Amino acid sequence: MTATAPQQAPAPDVSEPDGTRLVDRVLRMRELAILAVFLVMIAVTQAGNSEFLSEQGIKDLLLNATILVLVATGQSLVVITRNVDLSVGSTLGISAFAAGTCLQGGGSSVVAVLLAVLTGVGFGLLNGLLVSLGQVPALVVTLGTLYVIRGIDSIWVGSRQITAADLPGGFVDFGSGGIFAVPYLALIALAVLVATGYYLKHYGSGRELYALGSNPEAARLAGIPVRKRILAAYTFCGALAGLAGALYLARFGNVDSGTGNGYELTVVSAVVVGGVVFTGGSGSVYGAALGALLLTSVNSVLPALGVSSVWVLAINGILLILAIAVDRIVALRVASALKKRNVRHA
Amino acid sequence: MTHPSDPGQIPVLALQGISKSFGAVRALREVSLELFPGEVHALAGENGAGKSTLIKTLAGVHRPDAGQVLLDGAPVVFHGPGDARDAGIAVIYQEPTLFPDLSIAENIFMSRRPRRTLGRIDHKATHAATAALMRRLGVDLDPDRPARGLSIADQQIVEIAKALSFDARVLIMDEPTAALTGSEVARLFGVVRTLREQGAAVLFISHRLEEIFEICQKVTTLRDGAWIGSESLAGMTEDDLVRRMVGRDLDELYPKQDVAPGEVALSVRRLTREGVFTDVSFEVRRGEIVGLAGLVGAGRTEVARAVFGVDRWDAGEVTVDGRPLANGAPSTAMAAGLALVPEDRRAQGLVMNMSIERNIGLTGLRTTVRAGLVDRGAERSRSLDWAVKLQVKYARIADAVSTLSGGNQQKVVLAKWLATRPKVLIVDEPTRGIDVGTKAEVHRLLSELAADGVAVLMISSDLPEILGMADRVLVMHEGRLTAEIPRSDATEETVMAAATGRAAA
Repeated sequence: MTATAPQQAPAPDVSEPDGTRLVDRVLRMRELAILAVFLVMIAVTQAGNSEFLSEQGIKDLLLNATILVLVATGQSLVVITRNVDLSVGSTLGISAFAAGTCLQGGGSSVVAVLLAVLTGVGFGLLNGLLVSLGQVPALVVTLGTLYVIRGIDSIWVGSRQITAADLPGGFVDFGSGGIFAVPYLALIALAVLVATGYYLKHYGSGRELYALGSNPEAARLAGIPVRKRILAAYTFCGALAGLAGALYLARFGNVDSGTGNGYELTVVSAVVVGGVVFTGGSGSVYGAALGALLLTSVNSVLPALGVSSVWVLAINGILLILAIAVDRIVALRVASALKKRNVRHA
Repeated sequence: MTHPSDPGQIPVLALQGISKSFGAVRALREVSLELFPGEVHALAGENGAGKSTLIKTLAGVHRPDAGQVLLDGAPVVFHGPGDARDAGIAVIYQEPTLFPDLSIAENIFMSRRPRRTLGRIDHKATHAATAALMRRLGVDLDPDRPARGLSIADQQIVEIAKALSFDARVLIMDEPTAALTGSEVARLFGVVRTLREQGAAVLFISHRLEEIFEICQKVTTLRDGAWIGSESLAGMTEDDLVRRMVGRDLDELYPKQDVAPGEVALSVRRLTREGVFTDVSFEVRRGEIVGLAGLVGAGRTEVARAVFGVDRWDAGEVTVDGRPLANGAPSTAMAAGLALVPEDRRAQGLVMNMSIERNIGLTGLRTTVRAGLVDRGAERSRSLDWAVKLQVKYARIADAVSTLSGGNQQKVVLAKWLATRPKVLIVDEPTRGIDVGTKAEVHRLLSELAADGVAVLMISSDLPEILGMADRVLVMHEGRLTAEIPRSDATEETVMAAATGRAAA
């Protein structure tokens, strides 16, 4: 990734004025906090079960997180604009099946992946158009498209199922292969993540997503093409859900009409746990990715510690509420800190 | 007047015969306006006269139904705010339009970001340019701090920096001074004069007439969406201007009645809220109007909120008629006869999509509830009664408050609280952003209330209002009460000296 280089490359000289980048600092702290929780959790698990961080163990951790990281990255863009896309689970399912059908019919892997992405783009565009033109709350619109897409999927797929046996060997091997402990799929997700993060920070249209989530009316008055940006965010989110569908197929080799059912809530949890504020304008894709990593790791950690996996949901819920509580407390602290500064300046 | 606009000169920006309707409401009828370089032009008119619509037409937010917008003499059509900005038109709206989550630097350069290779934002250049703008404006704001939590005055500075950042040829300012105090207004006017000398055309809107006379050369007056006239301010008096705006003579703007103060109604002793205000003590007697002056951020609103119980205090005591109030309990404060008309009527004073009737009814739920249900008839008659008393102008009492003009909204807030028959009335910026006509009515009302024995505490950043209405002036500076000035000694100088901490008067 050449795109990652310039981030560290320029000499860290005058650009950081005596460490007062309050916003950045708080956000970074938020991400570091999740990372810390994650690392502590991994360390504790490793201490209790030395098999946990074997090469296969690390690979499983990363593979499990990959698909959620991808979808959460797309979802973050939408949430930053003060919207939400609840249809990502359905889009993932139908894209995975589309890719599978293509491969079954003898299509090449590249075409299959492209088809999955394009399917996602199509549904993303639909969501974006409905939300940006319809002036209807995104929650309701995408709840509708969640069912519509799932319905189309059910009608099309019926009781059919695609299994690994139907897929070319190379495709399945790619899904489970990797460089040492790092799966190829995780590398793809990482590349997408870093590119998206870089775009959001360094490109005007990326900053405008934050702006319009922060104050939609001001964004309109500032001449930001609000509809276009929202449309783009949804399209991107759909595209990543589609790509995630293709990766899902490669990883599990098994797709039916129920694939991705209920996934949207996991995605939204990951995004919120990762510090992307639901009211828009704040948060980063890195945070969302860490949130995804944290949530999926709970799935691996509990069995490794001999705890029944029935606890997974409850623990995910607790993490979510904790994250929201922390955000609220941090927000209050920051607000009072800023007020004090005002008093001094006045 | 350095640049008298000779007739041969072409206006930078002009409106010709502009009309605009929203549904059945004709907001503008054949309005014309010419803005020349090096000239500050005032736009005068009561609230609802069409000023905001006119600004939004110039800014490309609204497209006129009829008439033309001329840029350098040539007709143009602005398809959106972006087009107007690209033409060099900067607008500073009444309510700052910042992005709270983004840094000051990003806010200023949102639409014109310095770029480096591959179209990436040049964060370093953005920071440096912002720092330079802040130096030019003579303010100490960190370009990297988020806009969230900035005081209104600082938000305004950021808006001005935004306009400066692209060397606007036309600067439109919609009531930029409404929330500012003396020194901030002076700072703002300094910037406006500099811009004018550099050849910018400025359109200035203010409800403070003295400001119009101080900074503007010409004035265009609107009344009920119609164009009344564009003329030079030279030789005009404030009364002339008011007559054009309201179409009639105004009564005295500050109809203060002399009332002999009665016994102490509100007593605040050594009130402290850590980090906000310290050791504040004062009394308000029945029949008295006490002004509370000070700069924005001096802690005036915070004291009022603590007295009323919205915020808790850390030390001190508040008594009404000698009985101490509980800390942090607005309902007991209301029961004791206290009423607070808050600063921000939209966010704190009113439920905007609820009807006039229900908004006024909110404070009377105790008296209008029968068997656990609100007696709609009782609520309506109580609300109607007060709406009529305060001469609120509305179509139907069941209309949403959001349909009213700012001045009438303020009257609804007042009605809501007066309906509780308070012994002590605290009003925070009672006339901010409302037109001269309504302003005089609000003043008369406050004066009458005092004459009826209500103790009034009036917080205001409008110095003439404080001087015109208050029997005594309390001044706060950085969280402390720095002066108490009787009406006879109160002048702009003594109050401002105390407010800026230059001297304990």
